[in-house]
Amino acid sequence: MTASTHRRDSVVLGAAIGLVAVTFGVLASTAGLSLVKAMALSLLVFTGASQFAAVGVIGSGGSPISAVGGALLLAARNSLYGMRLSERLSAAGWKRIPGAQFVIDESTAMSVAQSDEVAASEAFWWTGASIYLFWNAGTVIGVLVGDRIGDPNVWGLDAAFAASFVALLGPHLSSAPGRVAGLLGAAIAIVAVPFTPAGAPILLASLAIGPALLVDSRRSENRAS
Amino acid sequence: MSWFAILVLAAGAYFFKLAGVLVGNRITNDLVQRSVSLIPPALFCALIALQTFERDTELVIDARVSGLVVAAVATWRRVPFVGVIVLAMIATAMTRWFAGT
Repeated sequence: MTASTHRRDSVVLGAAIGLVAVTFGVLASTAGLSLVKAMALSLLVFTGASQFAAVGVIGSGGSPISAVGGALLLAARNSLYGMRLSERLSAAGWKRIPGAQFVIDESTAMSVAQSDEVAASEAFWWTGASIYLFWNAGTVIGVLVGDRIGDPNVWGLDAAFAASFVALLGPHLSSAPGRVAGLLGAAIAIVAVPFTPAGAPILLASLAIGPALLVDSRRSENRAS
Repeated sequence: MSWFAILVLAAGAYFFKLAGVLVGNRITNDLVQRSVSLIPPALFCALIALQTFERDTELVIDARVSGLVVAAVATWRRVPFVGVIVLAMIATAMTRWFAGT
């Protein structure tokens, strides 16, 4: 990718995810949250899947404990992303403390898709900031507009997130261990869906790393011999 | 949703993010480092699968599948990022419209 591509892509991704945030705002308002509370979730929690899960549980009459518990289970994967981005962020010094708020699916995906270190670091900050702005603007619009816009998924919005990740997947699948991790990760998550609470399938998918490591070490053995 | 619940969730979510960032570059073990580098493909493929086939903790096949297929073909054909997203949305919306679901 050239120098400007990842900047433009981070703005594009932010805009698409901002539309998803409109859906969140509508859902939050339907679940009885005030504008300030919905904004607090998007500003302070800022991890989409957790926010949807929490508001979904509250909206269907669930307890706050199950709402927060399920949402935290979904938020746990950001720890793994943080570990992956850690070395890259250490160059930012103290800025990584507030910058950690930007550690989400999209910023990680955009950053690790870059081929050089400067672009990777920039892609993280640009995507994080872009999504933070669009996500919060989208939330406000969603709450204010309420359910007057009807079902946004009529426009295929629910396909935007998966499509953007497919587009960013290329570099990971270029190696055999990456392909094993990807295929097994998807398979584990799908198999786990009917048996586990929301948030667990994505964490269980990390078990795919074990077999992928075996492929990795077998390859390096072959190179050594 | 009470303010208390919102603040607990906010603190917990930020703790997860920050913990990963602070712990990650203290890792010197080679095996752990190689594991960490395999996190993105495992989790991103799982996210794609879940976003396409999961609805309220149940597995379903609906219009989103057409979006996934179009996104994969578009990526393979080297369509630019924004094109991949827009084409997938159009495919999903049209499938939904024609199927009436």
